[in-house]
Amino acid sequence: MILVWFIAILLGGGILAAVAARVSAAAARWIALAAIAADFALGLLLWTGAERTSMAPDSRWIEQVNWTWIPQFGIHFHFAVDGLSLLLMMLTFFLGILAVLASWTEITENVGFFHLNLLWVLAGVVSVFLAMDLFLFYFAWELMLVPMYFLIAMWGHERRVYAAIKFFLFTQLSGLLMLVAILALYFLHYASTGVYTFQYDQLLGTALPPRTEFWIMLGFFIAFAVKLPVFPLHTWLPDAHTEAPTAGSIVLAGLLLKTGGYGILRFVVPLFPNAAREFTPIAMTLGVVGILYGAILAFAQADLKRLVAYTSVSHLGFVLVGIFAWNELALQGAVMTMLCHGISTGALFVLAGALQERLHTRELSRMGGLWTTIPRLSGAGLFFALASLGLPGLGDFVGEFLVLFGAFRSHPLITILATIGVLFATFYALRLVQRAFHGENVHRLSVRDLVPREWVVVALMAVSLLWLGLYPRPVLDTFSPAIDHLHVAAGVGR
Amino acid sequence: MLSLLWLVPAIPLATAAILALFGARLTRRAVAAMGAGSIGVSCVISLLIAPALLTSETPYRQTLWTWIDVAQFQPRIGFYLDAMSLLMMLVVTLVSFLIHLYSTEFMEEDEGYSRFFAYMNLFVASMVVLVLADNLLLLYLGWEGVGLCSYLLIGFWYRDPANGLAARKAFIVTRVGDTAMAVGLFMLFHSLGTLEIQRLMEQAQAQWAGGSPYATAAALLLLGGAVGKSAQLPLQTWLPDAMAGPTPTSALIHAATMVTAGVYLIARTNVLYTLAPDAQLAVAVVGAVTLLVAGFSALTQSDIKRVLAYSTVSQIGYMFLALGVGAWSAALFHFMTHAFFKALLFLAAGIVIEALHHEHNIFRMGGLRRELPVAFWTFVAGGCALAGLPLITSGYFSKDLIIWEAWSSPLGGPLLWAAGMAGVLLTALYTFRLIFLVFSGARKTEVSHRSGFRMKATVIVLAALAVVSGYWKSPLLDFLHTALPSMEEAHAGMTETMSGVVAAALFAAGLFAAYLFFLAKPQYSGAAARNPVFGTLHRYWFSGWGFDWLYNRVFVRPLLGAARINRNDFVDAICAGIARFTEGANHLLAATQTGRVRWYAAGIAAGAVIFVGVAILL
Repeated sequence: MILVWFIAILLGGGILAAVAARVSAAAARWIALAAIAADFALGLLLWTGAERTSMAPDSRWIEQVNWTWIPQFGIHFHFAVDGLSLLLMMLTFFLGILAVLASWTEITENVGFFHLNLLWVLAGVVSVFLAMDLFLFYFAWELMLVPMYFLIAMWGHERRVYAAIKFFLFTQLSGLLMLVAILALYFLHYASTGVYTFQYDQLLGTALPPRTEFWIMLGFFIAFAVKLPVFPLHTWLPDAHTEAPTAGSIVLAGLLLKTGGYGILRFVVPLFPNAAREFTPIAMTLGVVGILYGAILAFAQADLKRLVAYTSVSHLGFVLVGIFAWNELALQGAVMTMLCHGISTGALFVLAGALQERLHTRELSRMGGLWTTIPRLSGAGLFFALASLGLPGLGDFVGEFLVLFGAFRSHPLITILATIGVLFATFYALRLVQRAFHGENVHRLSVRDLVPREWVVVALMAVSLLWLGLYPRPVLDTFSPAIDHLHVAAGVGR
Repeated sequence: MLSLLWLVPAIPLATAAILALFGARLTRRAVAAMGAGSIGVSCVISLLIAPALLTSETPYRQTLWTWIDVAQFQPRIGFYLDAMSLLMMLVVTLVSFLIHLYSTEFMEEDEGYSRFFAYMNLFVASMVVLVLADNLLLLYLGWEGVGLCSYLLIGFWYRDPANGLAARKAFIVTRVGDTAMAVGLFMLFHSLGTLEIQRLMEQAQAQWAGGSPYATAAALLLLGGAVGKSAQLPLQTWLPDAMAGPTPTSALIHAATMVTAGVYLIARTNVLYTLAPDAQLAVAVVGAVTLLVAGFSALTQSDIKRVLAYSTVSQIGYMFLALGVGAWSAALFHFMTHAFFKALLFLAAGIVIEALHHEHNIFRMGGLRRELPVAFWTFVAGGCALAGLPLITSGYFSKDLIIWEAWSSPLGGPLLWAAGMAGVLLTALYTFRLIFLVFSGARKTEVSHRSGFRMKATVIVLAALAVVSGYWKSPLLDFLHTALPSMEEAHAGMTETMSGVVAAALFAAGLFAAYLFFLAKPQYSGAAARNPVFGTLHRYWFSGWGFDWLYNRVFVRPLLGAARINRNDFVDAICAGIARFTEGANHLLAATQTGRVRWYAAGIAAGAVIFVGVAILL
C-alpha cells in the first residue's frame, strides 16, 4: 500500500498546490515542498525497514502491490520496489525537493500550475521506477512526458517551444516503438504459453525466436536510448535542458535520463538476454562514442546550460557501457553513476539557474571573474565541476571507476577509450570554471552571493556527493541484491 | 602512539574544510594559526610515531573503513606505514610545516589569505594519504587530490588568465599520465584480483614470470602516471609553467613533495619493475634523458623560478635513473635531500623576488650579496647542495650514490653513468650561473622590502637540513632497506671513490666555467650567444626543446579545431534537416490547396490517367 501512497501524495499534492495558488503563491510552494518531503520521509522509512527485512534471501521485492486492473487483457496494477527502484525513487524525491527550492524565486507566473506539473512529472518518474506490469509501465512512461512538455514550453527560456516540441517528438516516437514492442511481446508470450499477461515477472524468460527477440529488444532499446540518451539519439537533450527552467533541467538531467538507464537495466537485458548479448558490441561502441563525443561538444559550448547538458551525454555513456558489460562491478557502477550524476549535474543546473537569475544570461563570454564578487557560488561551481570531472572522493568517481573496472574484464579496448573520456571531462570542467569564475571581472558584474535557501540546496547536494564518494557502501549494499536478481533473471554469466 | 596515524592527514583535511567554508570570517591571525598550526601538529604526530615504528620491526597497518565492497573489489580507506612511507610522511610534514610558516608572512598582504591556506592544507592531507595508502585506489585518491591542489594553487591568482592557462595545463598534462595509470589499475585488478599494494606485489611475484608481458604492460602504465606527476619526459612540459603559482607553492608542491610522487609510486611497486626489466630500463632511460634535457634548459632560462623548475625536473630525472637501475633506497635518499635543498632554494628565491618588487628576471638582479645576506648564504648552501659540493652538502652524497649505482648495478652501465656525470657538470654550471647573476656583480634593482623573522628562520632551518641531511646516509639507507630490496654490485672496474672524484672534478669544472662566463668574463657568454650555432641551441633550450610547440600542433590545436568545427553538433543538423524537409513538403502540398475547382478537377483527371496508366503497364 505504501507504494500507492508515494504516487497519491504527489498527484494529490500537485492538485492541492494548484488550488492553493489561487490564494497565495507561497502556499503552493510550501504544499509542493511538504508533499515531496513526506514522500522522502516515507521512502526513508521503507529503506531503513528494508535493511531489516532483506534477511530473507529469496524475497525479490522489498514491498509490492498487485491489483487486477483489466483482467480481460491480463493487465495488473503492479507496483513493486527492490533496492534499485528504491534508491532511484529516493533520488527522485531528493531532487524533487531541491527542484522546488531552486525555483522558489525563479518561477513567478502560474505558480500553481507549475507545481502541479512538477509534482506530476515526479509521480510519473516514480511510477516508472515502480511499475512491474508493462502496460502500467507504458502508461507511466507517457505520464512523465506531458507535464514535462508543459514545464519546458511554459516556463522555459527563449527557444522553449522549439525545445519542447523536439523533446515531445523524440520521446513520443520512440515511446510508440516501445508500445509496439510491448504488444509484440504480449502476443508472442500468449502464443507460446496461452496466457495473456503484461506482468514483468511472467514475461521474463519468454521463449522467442532469435530474430524476433532482436527486433523486440530493439524497440525497447530505442525508447530507452532516446531518454538516456545514446548517441546519435541525443540531440533533443541539449535543447530541452538548456531551454527548460531550472527545476525542469534538474528533473530532466537528474531523473528522466535515469529512466532510460533503468529501462535498459530492468527490461532490455533481462527480457531479451540473447538479443542483448548479440547487441553488446554495438551498444558499448555507442556508449563510448557518446562519452567522447559528448565531452568534446561540451567543451565547445558557449552557453553554460548547454555545456552542462552535453556533459550528461558523456556521463550517461558510462551507464550504457556499464550495463552492457553486465558483470556485478560494472552494473553497480552504472547504477552508482546514475545516482551521482543526478546529483552533480542537478547541482550544476541549480548553479546555472542561480547565475541566470542574477546575470540574465547563460553566455560564458559574458561571465568571468565571478569569484571576486560571489565566492560562495563560485566555490560551489568549482566543487561540482570537480565532481563532474571524476575527482576521487566524490560520488561520480566511484560510479565511473566501478564501470571501468568491471568493463575492463570483457572489453579492454572500450574501457581504455572510456578512460580517455574521463580525461576529456577535465577539459570541459576546467573550461567552465575558468570562463565563469576565474579571470578578471571584465564585465564589472556585481551580484548577490548565494542566499541561505540556495546555500542549503547546494550544501545538501555537496554533502551527498561526498558521502557517496567516501562511504558508498550503504547505497551499494541496498541495490546489490536487486542487481543479483537481474543477473539471475538474465542468466548468470550471460 | 601508532594508532594516531590517521590524525596526520585528518587534521589538515579538517582545517582545510574549515578555512574553505569559514575562512572569510576569520582574522588573519586565526587563519595563520590554523593553516600553519595544523601542519605543525601533524608534523609532531609524525615525529612521535617514528620511534614507535622503528622499534616495532613490522610495518603498521590501520584500516579506517572499507571504502567499496562489490564482488571481491574491496579497497579500504586504510594506511600502511613502513620505512618508505614513514620517510615520505616525515619529509612531507616537516617541509610543509616550514613552508606554511614561511607563507604566513609571505602571503600576508594577499586578499586570498584563507583560500591559500585552505588549498595548502588540502594539499598536505592529500599528499599524506598518497604516501600512506595501503591500496592503489586510495593512492589514486591522494594522487588526484594533490593534482587538484596543484591546479588550484598554480591558478591561485586567478585574475590573470595566463595563470589559469598554466594551471589547466598542469592538471591536464598530469591527467594524461593519470589516464594511463588508471588503465594500469584496471589491468592489475583484473589480472591479480586485488589493489592492496602488498598483496598485489605478492600476487605479481607468484603469478607472473620475469619479463611477462602483463608485468611489463602494468609497469609501463604506472610509469605513465609517474612521468606525468613527476614531470619527466615526455610529460615534463607543465612544470616550468607551474611557476605561475605563489612561490611557497612552487617550493612545496612543484619541488619538494608532489612532483616526487611518481618516484614514490615506482619505488612502492618495485616488485612489478623487477619482474619487467624492459619497463625498468624505460624508467632509467627516461630519467637519464630527462636529467640532461632539463639541465640544458635550466642553463638558458632568465626567470629565476624557471631555472629552479627545470632543475627540479632534472633532479627528479636522477631519482628515476636510480629507480631504473634498482637503486630504490638511493632514489628515496635523493628525494629527501632534494626536498630540503630545493624547498630552500625556492624560499630564498622568494625572499629575493619579494625584495625586488616581484622581479623574476635574473638579468635585472645582481649584487644582492650584501643587501640580502640571509638569502644569499642560504641560497649558496642550497645551491651547493644542488650542485653537489663534495663532502659537505647533502646533494653530493645522494647524487653521487645514484651515479655510482648507475655504474655498479646489474642494470646499470657506463652510458647511464656518463649521463649522470654530464648532469653534474650541467647542474654546477646552471646553479652557479644563477648564484653569480643574482648575488654578485653590479646591483641593478633596488631592494624595496626586507623579510621578517618567519621567512628568515625558515630558510635558515632548511639550510641546516640541506647540509646535515647528507650525513644521515648510512642509518637512513639501512632503515629503508627494511622496506626496499637492496642492490648488489655487478660491474667492476671502478670504485665508489673513483666515481666520487670524477664527480668532484666535474663540479669544480662547472663552477669554474660559471665563474668564467658569468662573473669574470661576461663578454664570453655574450660572444657565445652571438654564435649562430649556440644562438639556435639557446633558443631551442630556452623554449624547453620545443615540446610545447610540438604538442600544440599535434594535440591541442587539432582537438580544439575539431571541437570548434562541430560546435553545433552535426547529428542535430540531420534531425533539423528532417524537420525542414517535412516543413517544406507541407508548404509544397499546402500550395495545392488553392480553392479553385479547375485545379482540383485537373488534379483528379491527371491522377486518374496516371493510375490507369500504371495499372495497364503492370
